[in-house]
Amino acid sequence: MNQDSLAQGEQAPLVPFELKQDAFGVWVLELTDGSVHSPVVVVRAFPVSHPLTGFSVLNRQGHELVWVDDIQTIGEAQRHALLHAVGEREFMPEIERLERVSGFIAPCTWFVQTNRGPARLLLKGEEDIRRMSSQTWLVTDAHGVQYLIRDLNRLDRHSRKLLDRFF
Amino acid sequence: MKSSFDRIAKAPANQLSKWEDAQVLMHGFENAWARLEVDLNAQLFFQHQTLVLTASDLILQAPGPEGEKCLARWPLRAGLRLLHGDHAGAGSLELFDDQGRLAQWRFTLAHNADALRLQSQFEQAMAAFNAPGQAPTTGSTQPIASPESDPSSAEDEEEADGPASTLSLLRLWRFAKPYQGPLFLGFLLTLAATGASMVPPYLTMPLMDDVLVPFQNGKNIEPGIVPWYMAGLLAAALLAWGLGWAKNYVLGQVSERIGADLRTSAYEHLLKLSLEYFGGRRTGDLLNRVGSETDNLCLFLSVHLLEFATDVLMILMTAVILFSIDATLALVTLVPLPLIIWLIHVVRDKLRTGFEKVGRVWSELTNVLADTIPGIRVVKAFAQEQREAERFREANRQNLLVNDRINFVWALFSPTVTLLTEVGLLVIWAFGIFLVSHHQVTLGVLTAFLAYIGRFYTRLDSMSRIVAHVQRAAAGAKRIFEILDHVSSVPEAARPRAMPQVKGRIDIEGIDFRYGNRTVVRDLSLHIAPGEMIGLVGQSGSGKTTLVNLLCRFYDVSEGCIRIDGVDIRDLRLSDYRRHIGLVLQEPFLFFGTIADNIAYGLPQASREAIVAAARAAHAHEFIMRLPQGYDSLVGERGQGLSGGERQRISIARALLIDPRILILDEATSSVDSETEQEIQRALDNLVRGRTTIAIAHRLSTLQQADRLVVLERGRLVEQGTHADLMQRQGAYYRLYDAQAQQNEAERLAMAALTAQGPQ
Repeated sequence: MNQDSLAQGEQAPLVPFELKQDAFGVWVLELTDGSVHSPVVVVRAFPVSHPLTGFSVLNRQGHELVWVDDIQTIGEAQRHALLHAVGEREFMPEIERLERVSGFIAPCTWFVQTNRGPARLLLKGEEDIRRMSSQTWLVTDAHGVQYLIRDLNRLDRHSRKLLDRFF
Repeated sequence: MKSSFDRIAKAPANQLSKWEDAQVLMHGFENAWARLEVDLNAQLFFQHQTLVLTASDLILQAPGPEGEKCLARWPLRAGLRLLHGDHAGAGSLELFDDQGRLAQWRFTLAHNADALRLQSQFEQAMAAFNAPGQAPTTGSTQPIASPESDPSSAEDEEEADGPASTLSLLRLWRFAKPYQGPLFLGFLLTLAATGASMVPPYLTMPLMDDVLVPFQNGKNIEPGIVPWYMAGLLAAALLAWGLGWAKNYVLGQVSERIGADLRTSAYEHLLKLSLEYFGGRRTGDLLNRVGSETDNLCLFLSVHLLEFATDVLMILMTAVILFSIDATLALVTLVPLPLIIWLIHVVRDKLRTGFEKVGRVWSELTNVLADTIPGIRVVKAFAQEQREAERFREANRQNLLVNDRINFVWALFSPTVTLLTEVGLLVIWAFGIFLVSHHQVTLGVLTAFLAYIGRFYTRLDSMSRIVAHVQRAAAGAKRIFEILDHVSSVPEAARPRAMPQVKGRIDIEGIDFRYGNRTVVRDLSLHIAPGEMIGLVGQSGSGKTTLVNLLCRFYDVSEGCIRIDGVDIRDLRLSDYRRHIGLVLQEPFLFFGTIADNIAYGLPQASREAIVAAARAAHAHEFIMRLPQGYDSLVGERGQGLSGGERQRISIARALLIDPRILILDEATSSVDSETEQEIQRALDNLVRGRTTIAIAHRLSTLQQADRLVVLERGRLVEQGTHADLMQRQGAYYRLYDAQAQQNEAERLAMAALTAQGPQ
């Protein structure tokens, strides 16, 4: 990838910035050139595979205003704001334990423990269980909520035994 | 041969030099410069004639009862011309002189290479005539290649058909070889397990003779002996159980591995085959071959073959034991055996073709599915569900029909074997009672025989079933080896050259390409400088995409050559070469997986930074970031729906990431709306910079920045130059451009008319 060809593409803005929440709870971005953007949203480039690299601040039209390659390289306050903003939007519960399932043929209900508390998810079909990598799986429930199994090996025996019946 | 030699010898002496005389004496027509099988007559019916070119004549001969017969001859003289042409699978050679046509010969394209060789040899011979005094040099005349050495026909020759021979199973040895050790261990275990299972019937003999019969005759049972016999029976059973377990496990493991190797190598081989192969095959058939046929084979190896081996061992051991106990009774016992063997032979013949047919019918079933499911929108749009269902039902009906036929034979076979078993038992009972009554054998011996023979015949019964399995497996093996035996039509050079760096100079020298029997590209030459951008223009069917396919070496040219930086692409390592080519197609294909995986398809080890950078350059980064999972979003078959323009930009990012020196854009923007097209065009501008680019576009306006436009018409290059040059020349390009401009103008007027009507 030569720099030359990048010059004409979408720019990667790497300017210092300030991100804060206003009184209405809307995120506001201030850039060093004095421009203020509101509302903005923060998104991750690799939410599943590498959640801590690649953050992007987009404006209302979806144009990128700020790109943070690695969250370790920026200041503490900025990092905090970024993670806070992204955490507000992002909803992808991680399954930590599978308590029980209503049946082994979809549609069926799973009773799960997630990092956001206990939940019930309705699995419509086996095609809603997708493999992201060898140990990472994504389960989409009937309402479109995506549940992540980040590492199959970290689940306990009971959960793995149940999951084994599905994939 | 002799008669033809006579005729040659009688030919005017001035036309045959001394040198040729000697050649003729030695080899008859072997000194022919070229030989062509003209296998069609003027009405294009098949015939057998041969056209032979010698230094002095063109001779047409036909096979007669006593060797070749000369039908006609045309002595070579100055002013003769030989023209070659072909249409729809039939080629022709025509001989002209100044007055007109002297003769025409027709042949199938299988002999086309010979025809071209004959033509070029003819021209050399004529050169000798046109410049008299110069003896024809033998150096330039090449010996006629024997027909089987013609490489172009190698791929067309399907494996000699005929029923799947059991021999094709033997070829599996190639895959079994790496597992010799475990296989041998498995064999030993089988031997031991079978041996252990032979013990219990043997023990019935002393039990009967030493315990039960004496008891019936009034003696008491000795309490000390019986537990020993019982213990022996139990121990034998336990031993057989343990050994059987070990044997099944070891051999099961081996056969699974053989099956997996077979599947992998079939798939790997399949991937190496040229596009031509895939063009001619149905997806369902290939899926079936690589998927279920290999599984069938695996099942055969792990279950049926194993059982068969055990059965054979068992029968051999039983026979030996029976003979060692009592030879006469053993002989009688084995009487039905030849009958059964004969029966197996008969049934095998009947089943042989049946199972191959079943395999084909299965492929047909899968084909229907593989056709319909990707095309489901068309099926639904034209409301043809009923018809597709009918097709499936028809294929299924075929399946039933074929299976019914097999089952008829099969259904008869099994009971017959059972019947013979019963008859065999009857014979033993009758003969055994006779022998016992004459005190020639003891009651124990008879019991042991009955116990053995019961096993013997059940084994024989199950062994006879192997017939069906062997035939099924042989059919499967044949269909898999058909893939494995297929030679790629774009073969890797024997000693391929590596090419780590490419500047991007492309020289296309006089190439011809024939697709099936249709000539698609004719005598095309084109030279492209490194970094130059070429726009390929022409009506559809003019050979643009074919040219691109040839450049990517998806196919090999029939004539001429393509050189990259002065090296023939056929000498390069294929994977090496293609790494330097970035291809952006009209219909971008995304694999099932994340967007990041799709962008990094050509370079899986790419860093995340590189992936994001490529996406930015392709103007894809922002829309990717708008997806809920960013670069981790799943796309492809069941993933997130992306629009055509978004897919296209991902495929551009994919091409950008590998940073190729040569870039091919095949109608990259024609499937999207004009606003998206502009966005893609901007992405493409990034891609094109500094690379040798060949762009095909239907809309001529998108080729504005091309350094040179190349116009193709029916496979020939008709014009080249810049847009301004070509417009000035008012040739083929001008007509194309004009037609498009008129169409655009007509559209504009129609829109204007609509707007004008609007207010009313």
